[in-house]
Amino acid sequence: MADEIVELNNGTENLVIVGIQRRGVQLAAQIVSTISDREETDVPHGSLDITLYRDDLQTVGPRPVVGQTRIPVDVEGKNVIIVDDVLYTGRTIRAALDELADFGRPGRIALAVLIDRGGRELPIQPDVVGKTIAILPTQRVDVLVEELDGKNGVIVTDKESAP
Amino acid sequence: MTLSLGKDLLGLEPLSREQIQLILDTAEPFKEISQRAIKKVPTLRGATIVNLFFEASTRTRVSFEFAEKRLSADAVNVAASGSSVSKGETLVDTARNLEAMRIDMVVIRHGASGAAQFLAERIESNVINAGDGTHEHPTQGLLDLLTLRDHFGRIDGLKVCIVGDVLHSRVARSNIWGLTKMGAEVGVCGPRSLLPNAVEELPVTVFRRVEEAIEWADALNILRLQLERMTAGYIPSLREYNRVFGVSRERLERAPRDVLILHPGPMNRGVEIDSDVADGPFSVILDQVTNGVAVRMAVLYMLSGGKPELAEAAKGRGGNE
Repeated sequence: MADEIVELNNGTENLVIVGIQRRGVQLAAQIVSTISDREETDVPHGSLDITLYRDDLQTVGPRPVVGQTRIPVDVEGKNVIIVDDVLYTGRTIRAALDELADFGRPGRIALAVLIDRGGRELPIQPDVVGKTIAILPTQRVDVLVEELDGKNGVIVTDKESAP
Repeated sequence: MTLSLGKDLLGLEPLSREQIQLILDTAEPFKEISQRAIKKVPTLRGATIVNLFFEASTRTRVSFEFAEKRLSADAVNVAASGSSVSKGETLVDTARNLEAMRIDMVVIRHGASGAAQFLAERIESNVINAGDGTHEHPTQGLLDLLTLRDHFGRIDGLKVCIVGDVLHSRVARSNIWGLTKMGAEVGVCGPRSLLPNAVEELPVTVFRRVEEAIEWADALNILRLQLERMTAGYIPSLREYNRVFGVSRERLERAPRDVLILHPGPMNRGVEIDSDVADGPFSVILDQVTNGVAVRMAVLYMLSGGKPELAEAAKGRGGNE
């Protein structure tokens, strides 16, 4: 995925990588460290918490916990890659696009996801995909990352039996 | 993790340590929003909030207004003077009339202790207490906690002394509840006439002399003399008060450690605090003001929206996890 992102951007110039809270942030960090190993350059990266931009805030019960948003560089004119773990309805990405717009006007925004599970409710498509899988709406996909879960991996479970 | 605050924020006394912790943690990400080029998130779009201020206020009212606007809520200010309140309308009638215009939240400041709770029990909108008489001023208490946590990295185990007019101060009460719940030790210091009669029943250490308080404390929260609430001669003169209880650089220099200086404002320089202390290197008075906006955004966010019955159900579950 890191190679594809560099290819998509024609190099690492003007590249900014932004992970979506929570597990997109760790994936973004892994991608950044892979790029810095191969290209020997540090790509600026940040995190985005989209909770305050959700379109279902008026209906959800107790307020979801808000995570940290940190955009370390001016995104004006930059090529921003949004990184998330699972792409499903597309609503999270819609919120992320709105939030990014409040930080400036990037030259281009692209989307990289580890898993595309289909089921879109908005016209949003990824530019870089780790793996596309076809599963039922009654199933859920969880991406595990070393920092939060102790190991890297992807698991598919039935929603009823999910923790 | 879900831990609801319920419908209203009336004081820190009824809150648990976990609830206070959650508000402070929620305030963290809100600090960043005020540093953006576009200081606005769409979270409370469509929500209408009335700031009902029956007492004079600059900082708190403006701070709430910024918090509301940065969350995209529509805010309306009602001051007692220039409203129907001055024509004799009661508090509840005023609020019910506002509610008939379909508002969502009321931020109230009132001279009577208990006014916020009185209102909260009678209207459906969320009520936030922005200071009621000499009872509580919870968002001030929270922003003091956040400022202390920013500086020391913890609240647990800190020694914080409240100096000045504790008797008339709702800030003092919110601080005492908030600090003790979060594991800090609290001291109070002031002339006996400006400490509550039953001060021994509060979980605080009483210092008779400001020098002793400074020697003991990691941080001082210095309070203004609330001359407008003083109905009798509590102190001989402002000059004498300054000589005996004023926090001066000379007094601080004798302290065994650097003492952090907080003040909720408005300050009376040369009375309870000297200028070189207020503007000194250990003063976090303006950080308090910055944190005020973040804390109020967090509170508005946590109380607003969602279906009330869902929030109630969550409260009933006691905030598991």
